[in-house]
Amino acid sequence: MIQLLGWGDQGWGDELVRAAGMTLAVALCAFLLGLVVGSGGAAAKLSRFRALQAAADAYTTVLRGIPELLVIYLLFFGGSGALMYVARIFGHTGYIEINAFATGAVAIGIVNGAYSTEVIRGAVLAVHPGQIEAAKAYGMSRSVMFRRIVAPQVLRYALPSLGNVWQLALKETALISVTGLVEIMRQATVGAGSTKQPFTFYAAACVLYLILTTVSGLGFARAERWAARGVRRA
Amino acid sequence: MDPRFMWETLGKLVEGVPLLFQLVTVSLAIGFVLAVLVALARLSPLAPLSRAAAGYVFFFRGTPLLVQVFLIYYGLSQFPEIRASFLWPFLRQPYWCAILAFTLNTAAYGSEIIRGGIQSVPWGQIEAGRAAGMSGWLLMRRITLPIALRQALPAYGNEMILMVKATSLASIITLMEVTGIAHKIISETYRAVEVFVVAGSIYLLINFLLTRAVKQVEWWLSPHLRDAPGAAVKEEAALVH
Repeated sequence: MIQLLGWGDQGWGDELVRAAGMTLAVALCAFLLGLVVGSGGAAAKLSRFRALQAAADAYTTVLRGIPELLVIYLLFFGGSGALMYVARIFGHTGYIEINAFATGAVAIGIVNGAYSTEVIRGAVLAVHPGQIEAAKAYGMSRSVMFRRIVAPQVLRYALPSLGNVWQLALKETALISVTGLVEIMRQATVGAGSTKQPFTFYAAACVLYLILTTVSGLGFARAERWAARGVRRA
Repeated sequence: MDPRFMWETLGKLVEGVPLLFQLVTVSLAIGFVLAVLVALARLSPLAPLSRAAAGYVFFFRGTPLLVQVFLIYYGLSQFPEIRASFLWPFLRQPYWCAILAFTLNTAAYGSEIIRGGIQSVPWGQIEAGRAAGMSGWLLMRRITLPIALRQALPAYGNEMILMVKATSLASIITLMEVTGIAHKIISETYRAVEVFVVAGSIYLLINFLLTRAVKQVEWWLSPHLRDAPGAAVKEEAALVH
């Protein structure tokens, strides 16, 4: 088994670790996309416009209520169709295949965005109105108030839950293996198929996922402490 | 969007709903019992028991469900001992492997929810139980667990929704539930959007009904939080005087 999971031509260790890098890259892109979408979604939910609120509500309800796998299938099979439709308008008639990385990152990103929306909305609402009042009393403009008062506190309130959202993104990347992207899951399947030792490879995949989730969990715990450095603890 | 195609698709997808229900109900039912046991083990004063439970939760919450499914369905066949054992007739079927993986997975998440519930039981309740002469299992059964489970129910409702969504992974090991059938139709027709809309609606409807059911059970379990009949009227009367 040591030889099997070792480095170099004989072992699968280097392939698996490279695949772990791919998992991390997809998860990171998806999480960042989710943060951007989530900030927009939270802004829409907290806005004065009914139509925006309704749209954001529909978005979070739908994407939190259907399986991620369906979203991946939609983008994987439907995404290239939509692109080809647009391309045909511009006179291009060939087949276009969307990159599996982009499909995965976008699919998981928009699912993650639904969770991030709720997290960020809750964090914005958790900022005490007195803080905003005090900022106004100091004569801060809206942008200064956002930068100095609102954003740092929203970050602090949102961080613990964003840590959970990140863990979700990390674990959901395993589903992208159905599109053929060589991340941990896919690489383990390939290794299991060619060596007839599935348990060894899926166990190795488990270890890699555990390392990723544990190390990033510690990172988030550190970030939480950093964001709460100005708060007195009981 | 072609309404006739969507109607036909709906007919095909609905055939996957019974399997989805089986996977969800069996995994959640066994998973719940296991979750209570794991939570109790986690809180037990016996260090090895508590540590074993913590390790179990760490593993199942730290790895993707898909790996767990594959580890059980494909992985276990690596060992000739398992292939020769009495468990093999079960473990070689994707159905039982999916149920086993889902059960173990939901038990890990559920045990953390129930542990939170148990730890949030007010100390006064336990003290009162002790004062009334209860201890050990009797105290647990009559006082701690009922309060803990009521407290945990809203979070457990979320876990149930996650489980409904998780059953879609069964399609990857050849079980034809709703997502499996949807995938088959999409790869035959390449009409991803229409199939997605129909399949998504089925999941949304199931999750909507599930949410309502959990809310209803929550309401039944918390009569103490509701006003007594006529309380509002009395309050109003008190305000007038």
